Amino acid sequence: MATATAPTTGARSRADAAPRNVRAGRSRVNGTFWLMLVPSLVLFTLAITVPAIMGITLSFTDSVGFGEFSWVGLTNYVAMFSDPAILSAYTFTIGFALVTVLVVNVVAFLLAVLLTSKIRGKVVLRAIFVLPMVISGIIIAYVFSFLFANSLPQLGAWIGIEPLASSLLANPDLAWLTIVFVTAWQGIPSALLIYIAGILSIPGEVYEAAAMDGASPARRLVSITLPLVAGYVIINLIIGFKNHLNAYDIIVGLTNGGPGTSTRSVAMTIFSGFTGGDYAYQMANATVFFLIAVVLAVLQLRTTRGKAAF
Amino acid sequence: MTQQTLTTTTPGQVPIRRRRPFAGKGTEEHPNRPGTITLLVCSIAVFLPLYATVTMAFKTTAQSVNGQVFSLPSPLSVEGFVEAWRLTNFPRGFAISVFVTVITVVGTVVLAAFAAYAIARNWDHRFFRGAFYYLLAAMFLPFPVLALSQVKLTGMVGLANPLGVAILHIMFQLSFSVLLFTAFIRGLPEELEESARLEGATTWTVFRRIVFPLMAPMSATVAIFAFLASWNDFMMPSLITADSTLQTLPVLQSVFQTQFSSNYNVAFASYLMAMAPAIIVYLFTQRWVMSGVTQGAIK
Repeated sequence: MATATAPTTGARSRADAAPRNVRAGRSRVNGTFWLMLVPSLVLFTLAITVPAIMGITLSFTDSVGFGEFSWVGLTNYVAMFSDPAILSAYTFTIGFALVTVLVVNVVAFLLAVLLTSKIRGKVVLRAIFVLPMVISGIIIAYVFSFLFANSLPQLGAWIGIEPLASSLLANPDLAWLTIVFVTAWQGIPSALLIYIAGILSIPGEVYEAAAMDGASPARRLVSITLPLVAGYVIINLIIGFKNHLNAYDIIVGLTNGGPGTSTRSVAMTIFSGFTGGDYAYQMANATVFFLIAVVLAVLQLRTTRGKAAF
Repeated sequence: MTQQTLTTTTPGQVPIRRRRPFAGKGTEEHPNRPGTITLLVCSIAVFLPLYATVTMAFKTTAQSVNGQVFSLPSPLSVEGFVEAWRLTNFPRGFAISVFVTVITVVGTVVLAAFAAYAIARNWDHRFFRGAFYYLLAAMFLPFPVLALSQVKLTGMVGLANPLGVAILHIMFQLSFSVLLFTAFIRGLPEELEESARLEGATTWTVFRRIVFPLMAPMSATVAIFAFLASWNDFMMPSLITADSTLQTLPVLQSVFQTQFSSNYNVAFASYLMAMAPAIIVYLFTQRWVMSGVTQGAIK
């Protein structure tokens, strides 16, 4: 008991000393609560906030990752916008993320409609379609890279489709399709689960009324389901786009940025700062990337009306 | 207009429908046969790479290079597993993966539950509310942005090892987990805690004896997501851990991309051993995996 009362009085005197907290009763925070919160805050600050501030600060220098450095102002940022390697990484990453998020959402939505209809083996089927989510991205990418290099060309030659007859992974114009495919394979489950929740939140009566008015299943899908899950569509699009921008594991497993640099993502260019001597330069790249993430986060919070979401 | 009236007149409908799909049977009065068949066909896309992994893993080296990926192994061989076990030093890789994952899971559940309880019960206090948004901010901070600095810092403080990876995994899981826990605790009635406190229980006792047990379902969700994120991660261990003999299983698989690249049965046996634990855990915890995704996105 004594241990519990001591911090309470401590917290009370602290609250009294800080008059900004005027609400009666609530201002007395039990010391245990402080002990529960502070470790997380300290670790978080050291592991996330400090590196973030360090990175942003170094982006205004010519640091190579160690030793002396001097301030160079916005030089790194200016250089970035005329660097073909960076520009092509951004073009590739944003284009890839857009295509992937569209593919993921169309497939996930249609699967969710089917999985919430009157089908047999619903529980098992749902478990199957969620499975890809729990498999390591790099490992499944290795598996697919083998299939793309060996089995798909066989199939392509057999049915006589010219571009498929040789490995897509070695094709600078088409290699990105393999990355879209594997990323979608892994990204569909989470979008699917969100759509299932959305569709199940629509009251059944809406459909019954529409069926009585003679609306066809396709018509019901477009006129009822789609508008009523619009909020879920937007959440999925933003979350998905944001996640796909960070593409790394799957690309490493499939093409490792190649052929040439045709599938190098922004994350891969940032990581090149470890070796190439352009540490500070890639910090500037990371900072720009961070600002894009912030814009998307603000968009996401706006659409979920200030409620927290990930 | 009509939709509005319909939704308001049937308040009891939603939870019933929501529970149905998990209960399975019961809605099969007019089974959607084409739908079932379409889904079965689509599920091939899920199974194909997994099927290829399993069959390749059980082939002999000679059979694995004959170009027929989808043929069944004949004879059935475990030579791939034996070789993969030796080549990747599987016991060590497995132990390190388990080490990182266990610390991540325990650390995430404990730290996030503590922080969320403190935040939820002191929401009127500006500092605690501010701490909530502060911790949440990391959800929007992708790892690539922080990677260069984190690699440097972990190296400086002697954490360029699996422990450092685990600590970073916890920190990146914290936002999502605190969010889930805080929402859950807000939904718990405070009366129980207050009456316990009137009988002289300390805040710590109340948390340990009443609140934490009530949080069990949410702890399960948080734990599983921490497990999956940590077990499957490639990016962080590959960048943070300096000593390649201390790498986790996903990172160790890169050995098959360079040397030994023609022993496909060995590579696939190794992939299978690395992905199997996550699949097994998933089979037993589907419910929490599924609810976690929805709660994280729609809260």
